[in-house]
Amino acid sequence: MIYREAGQFKTSYAADEAIFPIIQDRWFVAAILAIGFIAVPILGNDYWLGSVFIPFLIFSLAAIGLNILVGYTGLISLGTAGFMAVGAFAAYKIATAFPWMNFLVVLILAGIVAALVGLVFGLPSLRIKGFYLAVTTLAAHFFIEWVFTHFGWFTNYSFTGVISSPPIEMLGFVVDTPESRYIMTLSIVVVLALVAKNLVRSELGRAWMAIRDMDVAAEVIGIPMLKTKLLAFAVSSFYCGIAGALWAFVYLGTVEPQAFDINRAFEVLFMVIIGGLGSILGSFLGAGFIVLMPIAITNGAAVFGAAVPADVLSNLELIIFGALIIFFLIVEPFGLARLWQVAKEKLRNWPFPY
Amino acid sequence: MLDVVITDPLFAVEVIFSGLLSGIMYSLVALGFALIFKASGIFNFGQGAFVLFAALTFVSLLNMGINFWLAVLISLAVMIAYGIAVERVVLRPLVNQPLIILFMATIGLNFFTEGLAQTLWGTEVHALDLGIPDVPWNALGDATGLYLSVFELVAAVIAGVMVVALALFFSKTRTGRALRAVSDDHQAAMSVGIPLQHIWAVTWAVAGIIALVAGMLWGAKLGVQFSLALLALKALPVLIIGGFDSIEGAIVGGLIVGASEKFAEVFIGPYFGGAIENWFPYVLATIFLLFRPQGLFGERIIERV
Repeated sequence: MIYREAGQFKTSYAADEAIFPIIQDRWFVAAILAIGFIAVPILGNDYWLGSVFIPFLIFSLAAIGLNILVGYTGLISLGTAGFMAVGAFAAYKIATAFPWMNFLVVLILAGIVAALVGLVFGLPSLRIKGFYLAVTTLAAHFFIEWVFTHFGWFTNYSFTGVISSPPIEMLGFVVDTPESRYIMTLSIVVVLALVAKNLVRSELGRAWMAIRDMDVAAEVIGIPMLKTKLLAFAVSSFYCGIAGALWAFVYLGTVEPQAFDINRAFEVLFMVIIGGLGSILGSFLGAGFIVLMPIAITNGAAVFGAAVPADVLSNLELIIFGALIIFFLIVEPFGLARLWQVAKEKLRNWPFPY
Repeated sequence: MLDVVITDPLFAVEVIFSGLLSGIMYSLVALGFALIFKASGIFNFGQGAFVLFAALTFVSLLNMGINFWLAVLISLAVMIAYGIAVERVVLRPLVNQPLIILFMATIGLNFFTEGLAQTLWGTEVHALDLGIPDVPWNALGDATGLYLSVFELVAAVIAGVMVVALALFFSKTRTGRALRAVSDDHQAAMSVGIPLQHIWAVTWAVAGIIALVAGMLWGAKLGVQFSLALLALKALPVLIIGGFDSIEGAIVGGLIVGASEKFAEVFIGPYFGGAIENWFPYVLATIFLLFRPQGLFGERIIERV
């Protein structure tokens, strides 16, 4: 009844190619954006903005990046954390070398550096496939981690290897309150998500999907393997790099290699899988799920009894985390995005059965 | 540092030999991966956690004052039961799903097993004494000038025995052949009447046994603690050099990784500021893969449209 496209005619090619062809979808997205930009900063307190919403947004960005690689191009990568670290350290080096530079420019440059590193480590993907490729991306991760911990140049020769990020200044404002950091992150993520959504609908995106479905066949119909695969790595690393820079500058406020260990890569991979492979919306849903779940578990344990010691709790968290992932994969291997799609299909006919 | 190789060749040989022996230890972990991949085409990321779980179970039983061999038996039973339970609860509902889904499920399994092991048996570090001394074998050392650890030699022998046993199992027994058929094609194997579930249960049980052996040996070397679970990350390059689906490959890969890692760490590492053993095997593995995308002994990948 409510959600139905009857009566909405497309009279131009532009209308036919719209991202959200149905007016209800457009209203829905507008409402989400309004809530995100207006309601959340007004209602949220420092804890929710700084420790839940900002990491959620940054993780979403990283998940979009990884989704381009894993979900759209079908190349399994465990190097996400490494590329995030490249973005963070590149942003740090650029921001300290050119203090007058606008933070947005720093971010974009950091993303480009990460993209170049991604290009280099994407080269083996032309010959190596499947899980073998996953292991070679692990090589990228460990190598990058080692470079940042062993060469003082990247940390400006700080003794501890931990450095605080310089303050962010944009258009004359100093971005330091949780509200302003949140708004800035949200704006960046919204723009980049829109770009990604359009990218995967473009010729390039379709070439990626052709490679995912069967790369030999894609090559036969004339999709240039080298260019397309490497572009997937570059774009994916660009997103991960920006996510890493935001993680260091906006969320943690420090730049350290330990913030980007291998578990971070797994976390992002889980977001992509639980959210839904090959879905931009899924990246957000997956990120929300993985960010909120530990909070829910900790609070849930507090409800049942405060006597649970911290180490038992962290192990219980591991158990529940692992079990939930397996449960989700069994119940809905195509992720939360698929659930959303099913819900929409149902909503179309509601309240009538047919 | 490289000039030491020329001035003191015996030292270089000793480094390589001790690398080879620790490589065998990596192979023990890699064997568990290779077994499951060969039998079901699944890349079981949880193998490292299995090793931790097995070692913790064993050492906790010992600490309760249970006889050594009884503890071995009980842990064996626990690991076999756990392997079968995994097959029942996790894999059976996921038959015929894309491999990446199965892979993710094993990562979930990895977290679950780590949490379970530490909730059951605690997080402290336990020492484990198998009664094999970790000292140089003096008789051999005096005769040849090479001082190698008795413990590592014993571990190498155990690994060798396991490989031979597994190779025989895969090529000679009925179950072993059925395992190979299943790994080729789930559906084709089922259609010729191979009971898939039964076969998978056997595989995971055997993987549990391998995890116990690896856990006992590594636990005795490093102490039984959480870092055992991270052995999985050490075993990965071993695995891809050898080829995912090859038992012999796991051993050869282990030898290559062990020897080159030790050699690089001692002779090349100082040029770069050290601690290169974390990534060196991975880069080595990547280079191997560029020339042989299926690993040294892996089955040739044939692609058809």
